Amino acid sequence: MARLTGKTALVTGAARGIGQAIALTLAKEGADVAVCDVERDWLKETEDGITAQGRNALACAADVTQADQVNAAVKTVVDEFGRIDILVNNAGITRDTFLVRMSDSDWDDVLNVNLRGTFLFTRAVTRPMMRAKSGTIVNIASIIGVIGNAGQANYAASKAGVIALTRSTAKELASRNIRANAVAPGFIQTKMTEALSPEVQQQMMQAIPMARFGTPQDVANVVLFLAGDESAFVTGQVINICGGMVTA
Amino acid sequence: MGLEDKVKEIIVDKLGVNAEQVTPEASFIEDLGADSLDTVELVMAFEEEFGAEIPDSDAEKLTTVGAVNDYLKEKGFDA
Ligand SMILES: NC(=O)c1ccc[n+]([C@@H]2O[C@H](COP(=O)([O-])OP(=O)(O)OC[C@H]3O[C@@H](n4cnc5c(N)ncnc54)[C@H](O)[C@@H]3O)[C@@H](O)[C@H]2O)c1
Repeated sequence: MARLTGKTALVTGAARGIGQAIALTLAKEGADVAVCDVERDWLKETEDGITAQGRNALACAADVTQADQVNAAVKTVVDEFGRIDILVNNAGITRDTFLVRMSDSDWDDVLNVNLRGTFLFTRAVTRPMMRAKSGTIVNIASIIGVIGNAGQANYAASKAGVIALTRSTAKELASRNIRANAVAPGFIQTKMTEALSPEVQQQMMQAIPMARFGTPQDVANVVLFLAGDESAFVTGQVINICGGMVTA
Repeated sequence: MGLEDKVKEIIVDKLGVNAEQVTPEASFIEDLGADSLDTVELVMAFEEEFGAEIPDSDAEKLTTVGAVNDYLKEKGFDA
């Protein structure tokens, strides 16, 4: 039997990249999956992929930085699916630049999407999950939030914030049988990393003992484990998915 | 159903206690086995039921069943 039969999931930023791989993987394992992104049209491909697995898909437009849109999205999913068992906070952006040139909006935009967005969706699902006395939240952090990186102070701070939010959520809601964990991917091949220069990519490669970049599926597989019952006693943890780049 | 009965019903439901235990003097945490998150959930349930908005500064003081009844009556939420 598939690992998530009978469960419902909500994945943010699921139009492409890692979020899309996560949504399709959860559907493949039997979950009905709601997906959101800034524009509803962008979600078509993911939506079709979910229904192709024979699962129900629900696409909604929501900017994760806007509380009213987030609350409306969660309400729609609860109304349609009856409940939310799994929340995956995946939407994220980068605005890489050195501190000396970092504008206020470079900082604010990244913190708003990556950290505030994760908070808003977490808060919105808390009530239905508390009522159900069950739920699991998986946040997509980054290895950069653990080790820091030149040119990514805003991004690193946002992802370190996501990790701290995850740990606090885990402690606060453990008594309600709600788990929260994070994954910290290293270098994963997506549109986000395509933008980096060949030199930077080469430099990155040298820091990866497994000598390859990760794929969205590498991340989705670990998210699947954290989303399902196989990880029933795992909460407040961060799992690095980085080919050995960071080992502590 | 009167306000006090409604309040009692919510407490019985949320905390899984017997109705007889829900006396005016009963403290949520000491007598009814609530933890701090339960008390937040209770306040949210009262807000939903009575269409009230209970600020945190007031919620802090609602430690007993009687305190909740008095508070809701004082705010005019008599059912
Ligand atoms: N690619 C990597 O190497 C890597 C490494 C570590 C962590 N991550 C994290 O993984 C997650 C996904 O990254 P990706 O590489 O797939 O990126 P991506 O840019 O391909 O996809 C991100 C998705 O999020 C959506 N999004 C952006 N802002 C949004 C908003 N305000 N509201 C709703 N949706 C929004 C985008 O439209 C897009 O569909 C991000 O949180 C990212 O920080 C990526």
